[in-house]
Amino acid sequence: MAQIVVGDVTIEVDEDGFIQEPEKWNVKVAQALAETEYVNELTEGHWRLVNYLREYYQKFGVAPMIRKLCKETGMKLAEIYELFPTGPAKGACKVAGLAKPTGCV
Amino acid sequence: MTEKKPTPLLDNLEAGPWPSFVKELKKSAKSPMVQDLLGVLERSYEDKMGHWKHGGLVGVRGYGGGVIGRYNELAREFPDAAEFHTVRINQPAGWFYTSDVIRTLCDIWERHGSGLTNFHGATGDIIFLGARTSEIEAVFGELIEAGFDLGGSGSCLRTPSCCCGMARCEWACYDTMALTYDLTQTFQDELHRPSFPYKFKIKSSGCPNDCVAAIARADLSIIGTWRDDIQVDRTAVTQYAAGGQIDIAADVVARCPAGCMTWDGRSIGIDNESCVRCMHCINAMPKALAPGKDRGATVLVGGKATILGGALLSSVLVPFLRMEPPYDDLKELIRAIWDLWGDHGKNRERVGEFIQRIGLGNFLEQIGLDPQPEMVAQPRTNPYISYEPKEGRP
Repeated sequence: MAQIVVGDVTIEVDEDGFIQEPEKWNVKVAQALAETEYVNELTEGHWRLVNYLREYYQKFGVAPMIRKLCKETGMKLAEIYELFPTGPAKGACKVAGLAKPTGCV
Repeated sequence: MTEKKPTPLLDNLEAGPWPSFVKELKKSAKSPMVQDLLGVLERSYEDKMGHWKHGGLVGVRGYGGGVIGRYNELAREFPDAAEFHTVRINQPAGWFYTSDVIRTLCDIWERHGSGLTNFHGATGDIIFLGARTSEIEAVFGELIEAGFDLGGSGSCLRTPSCCCGMARCEWACYDTMALTYDLTQTFQDELHRPSFPYKFKIKSSGCPNDCVAAIARADLSIIGTWRDDIQVDRTAVTQYAAGGQIDIAADVVARCPAGCMTWDGRSIGIDNESCVRCMHCINAMPKALAPGKDRGATVLVGGKATILGGALLSSVLVPFLRMEPPYDDLKELIRAIWDLWGDHGKNRERVGEFIQRIGLGNFLEQIGLDPQPEMVAQPRTNPYISYEPKEGRP
């Protein structure tokens, strides 16, 4: 399995680059993951999304539905895509260290 | 390149006179990706289990869908099929191509992927099978250059699709291709950036023959219909009767599900008020009968095939809507459905299941439609509807 190395931390990631050991997540890991999703710098807007996703995930064990994410963070979907070009599921959830959202069929 | 391995189990599927996907795959087997694909498939038949993992997350910048990640758990043995993603491409309405366009698409795919295509997937998209993650952006770039775009995947508006409509069919009661193109352009955001509880499919058929099977598969089916009387060409009816190829009494009148037709050996009678638009008589005598002249579409909601829950057929939402650009009424209706279902639908709950859960009455009230008799399923056998059958009619 692939790995990413951030400082002295090595974390296993799956094929799509989602971390497999959520307990090792930290701010630096988030920054390293962001670079893999075309995000060079995590701004305040990025963190608003990431923090909300983490809080929701820790409370409910799943990622929120997109519509809820927009409502609760006060962001339009287009704005989320501006921050995370690969979208909330692939980009934002990965940076937030969440488990990979269920694939679509 | 992977060494060519024997595939005795797959070879069995080439036997017999019928088409075989194995035969088709082997035609492309010069590609190492396809060679390894055949290897994985042979192994699946040996092991009696699939070796594809469920759910990958692959995409292009700016879109939340259009590519479906497929990973193979035997990546070590079949490295060329380790990543075998599916790319959905928005098909032209009615599936019309020039051969140049098809060549362009195939060339793009031979440069960047396995070369395997599927014209078309169940939703209607062109499907490119077998992409490596590293090639996705390049494929996307070339597709855009060629005038194409990705289709929908995930919990979004899926690529709208329609029958060939007025381009080829005399029964088309509205221009399905124009509508599909318009809806696709109008709802680009909903198509490419998933934000729904689950998938939402819109399919448009020009007449009740429903050649794209919208009623059985689409969350919103737009099916052509007419409000006035079936057009009858009496001379042609006489010719059918004289020709002897069709027994009008047995093959047409007796098979009318509404029992609304009569035949006295010389002329045909239709009680148009009771016609249920089944199209049988028109299909049976195409030179003599045709849909009426006051044409539009019936909008139905809630169809789906079996996936998480059971299959549902669509049911009537708007009995008659004239289908003319800019289709504002239809778009307003679609947006109202999305708003309600988007706010209150559960994760992975199709709109048909949502309506069943909250009740049609509540659904109608929320989207601002008045209940109408046409919305009642099977009104003539529904115990809550008082119905006096006329003589000789079911």
